[in-house]
Amino acid sequence: MERRQSPPINRRALLSGAFRAACGAGLVAALLAVPARQRAQAVPLRPPGAIDDADFLSACVRCGLCVRDCPYDTLKLAESGDGQPVGTPFFTARTVPCEMCEDIPCVVACPTGALDKTLTDINQAHMGIAVLVGQETCLNFLGLRCDVCYRVCPRIDVAITLERHHNERTGKHALFIPTVHTDKCTGCGKCEKACVLDEAAIKVLPPALAVGVLGAHYRLGWEEKDKAGKSLIDGIIDLPDRMPEAPATMPAPERLPGGGFKEFKP
Amino acid sequence: MSAREPRRPGLDRWRRDGWLAAHKWLILRRLAQAGFLAVFLTGPLWGFWITKGSLAASLTFDVLPLTDPLMAVQALLAGHVLEVSGLVGAGLVIAAYALIGGRAFCGWVCPVNVITDFAAWLRTRLGLKEAYPLDRRLRLAILAGLLVGSAVTGTIVWEFVNPVTMLHRGLVYGSLFSAGAALWISIAVLLLDVGVASRAWCGHLCPVGAFYALIGAKGLVRVSAVNRDACDNCMDCFTVCPERQVITPALRGAKNKVGPLILSRDCSNCGRCIDVCAKDVFIFTTRFHDGAGMAAQSPRDGVLQGEKML
Ligand code: SF4
Ligand code: SF4
Ligand code: SF4
Ligand code: SF4
Ligand code: SF4
Repeated sequence: MERRQSPPINRRALLSGAFRAACGAGLVAALLAVPARQRAQAVPLRPPGAIDDADFLSACVRCGLCVRDCPYDTLKLAESGDGQPVGTPFFTARTVPCEMCEDIPCVVACPTGALDKTLTDINQAHMGIAVLVGQETCLNFLGLRCDVCYRVCPRIDVAITLERHHNERTGKHALFIPTVHTDKCTGCGKCEKACVLDEAAIKVLPPALAVGVLGAHYRLGWEEKDKAGKSLIDGIIDLPDRMPEAPATMPAPERLPGGGFKEFKP
Repeated sequence: MSAREPRRPGLDRWRRDGWLAAHKWLILRRLAQAGFLAVFLTGPLWGFWITKGSLAASLTFDVLPLTDPLMAVQALLAGHVLEVSGLVGAGLVIAAYALIGGRAFCGWVCPVNVITDFAAWLRTRLGLKEAYPLDRRLRLAILAGLLVGSAVTGTIVWEFVNPVTMLHRGLVYGSLFSAGAALWISIAVLLLDVGVASRAWCGHLCPVGAFYALIGAKGLVRVSAVNRDACDNCMDCFTVCPERQVITPALRGAKNKVGPLILSRDCSNCGRCIDVCAKDVFIFTTRFHDGAGMAAQSPRDGVLQGEKML
């Protein structure tokens, strides 16, 4: 075997040092490429029966069995940039909505319970809640009768209804406003998929984003009254009526003895 | 400078017995790895479903559930009990690897192994020397860390970085080919192993391999350095072994009265040492039989001495 007397830093050492540095830099770049793909996107929705978002990542092993058993290719496993942790299942309503299979094969396939097997009636699913966000673009809000989102809803007249409102613009027509009932909407996304606008006016949002929640101490007087069979308070408290006061800087016009006002010139 | 040409492990064996014999176990392993991948791919590619899911959890022929046991343990620590099929799957995997033993998963199933083996091959060809020696117990620290992390955060934390499942998902669900996380993580592992430290990922850092090592620590299948008297210290086995430290006690143990069985839990049962050894020192056997009876295969090394490269 050859033995060489070589200076401590020779060309080979320099080269391999540079090679190592390049590999190290490439390694960091590759790792950074993953989060760098994050971008704003459509809201990703979880499959039917998905347990609370807080617990989902303690259960889902990202196997994709739900994805494989979805007959409509609705579900996908998230990639970096899809807005969900990489490998977890989701769907995008506007791309492929959930067809609400009666036997819910995705839930049946899940080996972990990340999709809750107690969900047996797909009508009870809460993948999200549809919200009509585009109130300035929705054709029905503009006074037309598009109704498409309402017509395609698998729970028509239950999850979504058309509510009649007065058309203030024309003064004599009605508006038929698509109105989603949050406890009945499954979040399947068929309405968002079908909306005729270039950008859907009705969008399905994850439940936590879609609904307001009353403070626990709120009571609705009319419901309490129904429950109790009578008003909960005796009599009506008559609060003093407050009338608008004339601003202090503008004294009331002075009346003239013969009638009329002082500064008034007919 | 021509003498700088790095020694190629297995060349003597190759010259003597032919390429096929010098790569027998390597070829079998690659076939096994390809096969374990293929069962997941026949469905999406040709509509013939053998196994659905991924290495994280799968269902074969709609009856056999298998679950990554480390994943199941993390879920439990995170406070979630898997469905029965998931738990049964984890139990089956643990039972299988506990019985087979060694890190058979690493050698024969894991797709990352192909990358890290390639990196090691490249290092040998380029003649790169060990640069930053890492401690091989780091993986146990990482394993402990991720178990604690799962319990503390209530999530299966390792899945945020796990190259094993990411690469497998990338291959099976296609995201590897759309520049997804699987691609970048795989490149990172490759660069780590080629450029930063030899066998850095599988040999020092990967907690999945460490977990399988613990499961298979007392398993049946073992490599034995049964013909260790014939060893001529060519070092080929040490060069190809991803866990070279496991060979020493068995190969050099004669003077300390240590048996020829490689008993370290870190051995991945890959059989590369068997492939490359021109002295037929190693064989596959079981933990209860160090192969002493089989040692009598005619040592054909007389011919070889004259051919030595050095
Ligand atoms: S209910 Fe049917 S369509 Fe909807 S996600 Fe599940 S399998 Fe797919
Ligand atoms: S089947 Fe269950 S564990 Fe698997 S990816 Fe779907 S939700 Fe997650
Ligand atoms: S998401 Fe839309 S289509 Fe689906 S149930 Fe709700 S309102 Fe109906
Ligand atoms: S489909 Fe779109 S535009 Fe038509 S009524 Fe529904 S939300 Fe409005
Ligand atoms: S050590 Fe980890 S990455 Fe390497 S082969 Fe084993 S499981 Fe796969």
